[in-house]
Amino acid sequence: MRFGLRMAGPVLALLAAPISAFAEITRFDEQVSTFDLDNGMEVVVIEDHRAPVVVHMMWYRAGSADEQPGVSGVAHFLEHLLFKATDNMEAGEFSKTVAANGGSDNAFTSYDYTAYFQRVASDRLELMMQMEADRMVNLRLTEADILTEREVIIEERNQRTENDPNALFGEQASAALYMNHRYGVPVIGWRHEMETLELPDTLEYYEQFYAPNNAILIVAGDVTPQEVKEMAERHYGPLKANPDLEPRARPQEPVHNVERRLVFEDPRVSQPYVRRSYLAPERDSEDQKTAAALMLGANLLGDGQTSFMTQKLQFEDKTAVFATAYYRGTSLDDTSFTTIVVPVPGVSLSEAEAQMDAVLEEFMETPIDQAHLARIKSQMRASRIYAKDNVQGLANSYGRALTSGLTIADILAWPDVVENITEEDIKTAMRTVLNNKSSVTGWLTSGREAAQ
Amino acid sequence: MKRFFLSVLTVVTLVAAPLRADVDIQEISSPMGFKAWLVEDHTHPFMALRIGFKGGASLDRPEKRGAVSLMMALLEEGTGDLDAREFAREVDELAASFSFDASGDSVSISARMLSENRDAAIALLKGALTAPSFEQSAIDRVRGQVVSIIGSDLKDPDAIARTAFNAAAFGDHPYGSALEGTLESVGALTREDILNAHRDTMARDRVFISAVGDITADELGALIDDLLADLPETGAAMPERVEVALEPGVTVVEYDTPQSVALFGHRGIKRDDPDFFAAFIASTILGGGGFESRLMDEVRDKRGLTYGVYSYLSPREHAEMVLGQVASANDRIGAAIEVIKDEWARIANEGVTQEELDATKTYLTGAYPLRFDGNAPIARILMGMQMGELPIDYINTRNDKVNEVTLEHINRVIKEVYLPDELHFTVVGKPDGL
Repeated sequence: MRFGLRMAGPVLALLAAPISAFAEITRFDEQVSTFDLDNGMEVVVIEDHRAPVVVHMMWYRAGSADEQPGVSGVAHFLEHLLFKATDNMEAGEFSKTVAANGGSDNAFTSYDYTAYFQRVASDRLELMMQMEADRMVNLRLTEADILTEREVIIEERNQRTENDPNALFGEQASAALYMNHRYGVPVIGWRHEMETLELPDTLEYYEQFYAPNNAILIVAGDVTPQEVKEMAERHYGPLKANPDLEPRARPQEPVHNVERRLVFEDPRVSQPYVRRSYLAPERDSEDQKTAAALMLGANLLGDGQTSFMTQKLQFEDKTAVFATAYYRGTSLDDTSFTTIVVPVPGVSLSEAEAQMDAVLEEFMETPIDQAHLARIKSQMRASRIYAKDNVQGLANSYGRALTSGLTIADILAWPDVVENITEEDIKTAMRTVLNNKSSVTGWLTSGREAAQ
Repeated sequence: MKRFFLSVLTVVTLVAAPLRADVDIQEISSPMGFKAWLVEDHTHPFMALRIGFKGGASLDRPEKRGAVSLMMALLEEGTGDLDAREFAREVDELAASFSFDASGDSVSISARMLSENRDAAIALLKGALTAPSFEQSAIDRVRGQVVSIIGSDLKDPDAIARTAFNAAAFGDHPYGSALEGTLESVGALTREDILNAHRDTMARDRVFISAVGDITADELGALIDDLLADLPETGAAMPERVEVALEPGVTVVEYDTPQSVALFGHRGIKRDDPDFFAAFIASTILGGGGFESRLMDEVRDKRGLTYGVYSYLSPREHAEMVLGQVASANDRIGAAIEVIKDEWARIANEGVTQEELDATKTYLTGAYPLRFDGNAPIARILMGMQMGELPIDYINTRNDKVNEVTLEHINRVIKEVYLPDELHFTVVGKPDGL
């Protein structure tokens, strides 16, 4: 059983399209093509002609980690406000128009990106581009929008975070891990700062980051690159680049030289556990080997029934209800490698932590099971076939990678990088990362276990 | 400042006729007589397969609540010579994936497998389905996980609300309790109980099958016979029908957390009722997903009282309800509930407008064909259609049924389905003034 901790047709060309001499379409494989607009917007097309559906996504290279100090949550707040009025549309008209065309729409914000998407019949694509181009530059916010929508994001924080001790614990652990980088501040924002977000804060972020040269358009589904190019040039082509856009240089982490520990007590906790996060390098463009080694290491160590931690702690020692390790390599700046042990009743958190330490040490000293490594690699090959069945999922993974400093060439090279990773690569990468001086160890308890 | 816009919005929103979903479903009959629905698509070299059995966790025997759910969780824990880890290793090696789920009305298996590994994957799945080991060590280990989940639910406001609401609505009927069981009931389950749960639920007289992807009708027929031949002919008698017993008004379950969660609802309408489509459109107008519903507009957009509010029709096998959910800070949940009550009364008293009806029809008929985009989603939809006893040509007639609903019809049905005097709220939190 799997156990998880609870932690949610062609459009008629109305105008002659100005075909730029520079906007060549580059085709990477049978599914993926790309081109740039003259104003710097990057466009990716992922084809799937089996159903007359298209997903239109606009990704901005701007997330919560690009915020100024003091206005945490403004990136996400602005994401909500993009559904309000523009010079050409009433508040709510965007979603209403999508729905009137049988589509659905939404948006999401993370540390490194903000993205908006609509899922519609493929013959409605041009309308989506027209509206998305409009709200990229013509937003018209009022004080009333700010006051009401601020209540909504505070209720969103209540729902996602305040009502869930796991989320509160995770927030504190991230704040302890990142001493200087904005990854230590929650995407949704600290409550006291959210409560004071004002109209100028949102507009400042909007003016700085919402521009074609900071955006990536991803269109996935029943459409050809040529069709996308003609429409994109019509609707996004005329938008002016922001000449003042700076390279994304956020404050980076210093050298970490002390282990951090925290105990989070909340009477709403039913299942105590130990979680440790180590600061870890992320995937970098043309330098993905360490990240690939860490991903395989996390899989070997703690992903699924046959992983090292699960074997030791759930099957052999029977001291854990659940144990896992994970690494999220797609990130613009330093990411983390995390291990979790959820002890069985009667095993204290200090015992669980000692077992976590022992199993990590044993993993590093034991030769890697080559058959296990081969299985993981073959599953990854298969997952690329399965992924082709879900173009919205593919569009998401392209968007995340491209807003995290990677290129399409990096995305396409990744399978080969993974394929060539050796036992030595994994051990070397993990030896560097599993350093307690750059880690945060947290205990989540109801307050009763702490005395043990 | 940047400015650009073509003002042709109003032109394009004059919607053309919605697309038809182009899904060619074959009903096949295997040599042994199993029926299955198949959509052949050889684009990608894999298949999505679903096997579902009607009855599900509601077939738990008396005092054995949680047995079916635990049994389903144990199917991947070993068969024949393979223990849990060896089974997982074999599945990984084939890059197949199996998931086993229990719900109140069914148990189901969802699988995907590469064409090149199909025979070996089906052999493993057959072992899991028809000859699971249910070793005591696996039972104890997985039971520990289930106990942990039940413990967490006892402290989770959403789960507390669900448990209290369902108990009030359905009492001793299986719908009245969580299918995971209680700490006591799960703690007492034996291997014999798990074997009974397997025999009771997974039988040939209640199975439905859908397959989508890289497989032909003949191949599928042979595969099904191989996979299911060893299952017993029949299982436990189906559960009884139950009437919704909710009392009107607000029930508060005190729990110390900053945001209150409210579940609300009353009795509903059957899926095969001739008025179902009219009720479904009304439900979408009042509380449908997305941003366009009256509830989202009034509770969230106009007043900022919540992040999300929705309501929907819940026609189950043995009872029907109209249900909804909202969450607001403890000092604001009372206001949110007042707005929801007002909206319930407004739709019941005044009905909907022609404009709302037209816009919602356009949305529903336009959105429908967008669901069929991939082997896995199509297999899931075909399973739902079969379990719901919908005809095989349903996909082609469904939009006509939506379009046939007139304003007069929907407003008559709304008065029968939306019952403001019966609306019940279960609130979990520390709500002010309730």
